[in-house]
Amino acid sequence: MSELTDLYQEVILDHNKRPRNYQRLADANRSAEGFNPLCGDQLQLYVKVEDGVIRDIGFQGSGCAISKASASLMTSMLKGKTRAEADELFERFHRLVTSDAVADLAELGKLSVFSGVREFPARVKCASLAWHTLRAALEEKAEPVTTE
Amino acid sequence: MRAVRGTSSAAEAGARFDVERIRRDFPVLQRKVHGKPLVYLDSAATSQKPKAVIDSLTRYYSEFNSNIHRGIHQLSEEATSAYEDARAKVKSFLNAAEEREIVFVRGTTEAINLVAQSYGRAFVKPGDEIVITAMEHHSNIVPWQLLGEQTGARLRVVPINDEGELLIDELEPMLTGKTRLIAVAHVSNALGTVNPVKRIVKIAHRRGIPVLVDGAQAVPHMKVDVQDLDCDFYAFSGHKMYAPTGIGILYGKSRWLEKMPPYQGGGSMISLVTFEKTHYNVPPYRFEAGTPDIGGGIGLGAAIDYLNAIDLEAAAAYEQEVLAYGTEVLSAIEGLRLIGQAKAKASVLSFVLEGVHPHDIGTILDREGVAIRAGHHCAMPVMQRFGVPATARASLAFYNTKQEMDALGRAIRKVREVFC
Repeated sequence: MSELTDLYQEVILDHNKRPRNYQRLADANRSAEGFNPLCGDQLQLYVKVEDGVIRDIGFQGSGCAISKASASLMTSMLKGKTRAEADELFERFHRLVTSDAVADLAELGKLSVFSGVREFPARVKCASLAWHTLRAALEEKAEPVTTE
Repeated sequence: MRAVRGTSSAAEAGARFDVERIRRDFPVLQRKVHGKPLVYLDSAATSQKPKAVIDSLTRYYSEFNSNIHRGIHQLSEEATSAYEDARAKVKSFLNAAEEREIVFVRGTTEAINLVAQSYGRAFVKPGDEIVITAMEHHSNIVPWQLLGEQTGARLRVVPINDEGELLIDELEPMLTGKTRLIAVAHVSNALGTVNPVKRIVKIAHRRGIPVLVDGAQAVPHMKVDVQDLDCDFYAFSGHKMYAPTGIGILYGKSRWLEKMPPYQGGGSMISLVTFEKTHYNVPPYRFEAGTPDIGGGIGLGAAIDYLNAIDLEAAAAYEQEVLAYGTEVLSAIEGLRLIGQAKAKASVLSFVLEGVHPHDIGTILDREGVAIRAGHHCAMPVMQRFGVPATARASLAFYNTKQEMDALGRAIRKVREVFC
C-alpha cells in the first residue's frame, strides 16, 4: 500500500477534490486544449500573459485525480512567473516524474507531491498533460495537444 | 445466444463446468502481480491463451514454418494444409455454409474496414445511408464515416435506452430505399448488452438490406451460428477468443463476396497479372493479399479445438452465474453505479464510482492484482450517452470465478478508503 499512498498523497487528493483556479478566464489571451486519448482526460487551459509574465491562469475539464491535481497545482504555482521560469519548472517537473535521478525537492516546492508518479509509468501522462497543454498555450498552437 | 439465465437446465449446465481444471490450462493465470494472485478481468480487451494455443505456435515455428500457397516443398505443404485446416475449423465453428465464405484478416477492425471499402465501393452511392447503433465500438463507426467521406453516404444511428438496450422499434422507421447496410455489434464492448441480431436481420432482409455483425465480444462467450442468424457479414478477432493477436475473421455470404472488388492488391489475391490487366482470384483469396499471419491462423484453429473440447454451453452458463454474482457484489458498494444493465448481457461489468475517476480505480485495483480497463473503451459516443467521461470495466471469461468477484469488490472498497 505504501507506493499507493506515495502516489495519492493528501495534497493530491485535496487538489482533486477542490481544484484551484478551476475556471474559464474571461480575459485570457492564450488558451489550449489537451487530451489524453488513453483514458479520456480532457483539459482546457486559459492563460493571461502580459509583458512575458503569466498574470492569471485557469483550467477546466475532466480527468483523473493525478491530472486534475497536476493542473490545479501547476496553475497555483505559475501566477507571476515569466515564460522562462515556467519552462524551467516544467523541465524539473518532467525529470521528477520520469527519471530515477534524485530530485531537488526544495526547488520543486509543492510539486514534489508528484514524486510517487514515477513508480507508476502508466500515470506519467496524466501528470504531464497540464504542462504539455501549458506549453501549447504559450506557443499559441492551434491544434489540441495529445499525450499519445 | 442460448437462453442460459435462470433456467434449471442452465444451472445444471453451469454445474457441469469445472473451472479449476480450466484455469490450469491458462499458464498466465498462475502468476502474481504486485505480490498478489492475478485477477484478470480484462478479457474484453484481450483474452488469455490456453497452453494448447501457445503450443500450436511453438510447433508451427519450430517444425514446419514456411510460406503458404507457394512452395512445392514439404514444409510449405504442411503449413498450407494447417492454415487451410484452420479455415475449415472456423467454418464449422460459425456453421458457415462454405469454406470460401471465411476470409482471414488481422482482426475485427480490418474485417469491418474491408466490407466498408469493398462492399462500399461496389454498392454505396451519394445520398445512401448506413445504419449503425449508439453502442458501437469506434471500429464500427469510423470505417463508415470514412466511406461516407469518400462516397457522400450518411450515417444513421439507432438510439439506446438508459439500461443500454437498443431501441429496436426505432430501427424500422430509419430504413429507407437508401439504406445500403446495417452494421451492429452482437455484444457491446462497453456495456455488455447482447443485441437481438437475428431479429434485426429479419427486419433488414424484409427490405433487402444486408447486415454486418461485429461479433468481437460475442464469439468468446456464446455459440454463434451465422446461418441461423442469417447475417450477411460477421466479423471477429482471434485474440478475444483465446487465440493469438494479429488474426481475425470476416465471414461473408458467397453471394456478396463474389460481387465485391478486392480490398488490397498484392500477392495471392490475383489469378493472372500483366501490366495491361489483372484478373482477380476468387473469394476468399481475393481478399487475402500478401503473406498472412500463418501462425496466428493456426493458433486460431487450435483455440477452436480447445473450445470444442470444453463444452461451450456449460462454460457460457457458468460465466453467466459469475456475471450475476459480480453484479450483486458491485451493486452492494456505496457510490457505485453500473453502466449498462440490459436484461440480455454478457461478460461486461462497466461502472463508475462517485468522486473517483476510473483511471484512479484502475491504478489502485492493479496494486491489488486486479486487472481491469479504465477509459472510454473505444466507444466515446456511449460515454457521452451516459454522461460520463470514462468508466471502469471488469470483463469476464469462463476462467474467472466468484472468488475473483469478491476480490474485485474488496479492491474497490480499498479505492473508497483512499478517496472517500
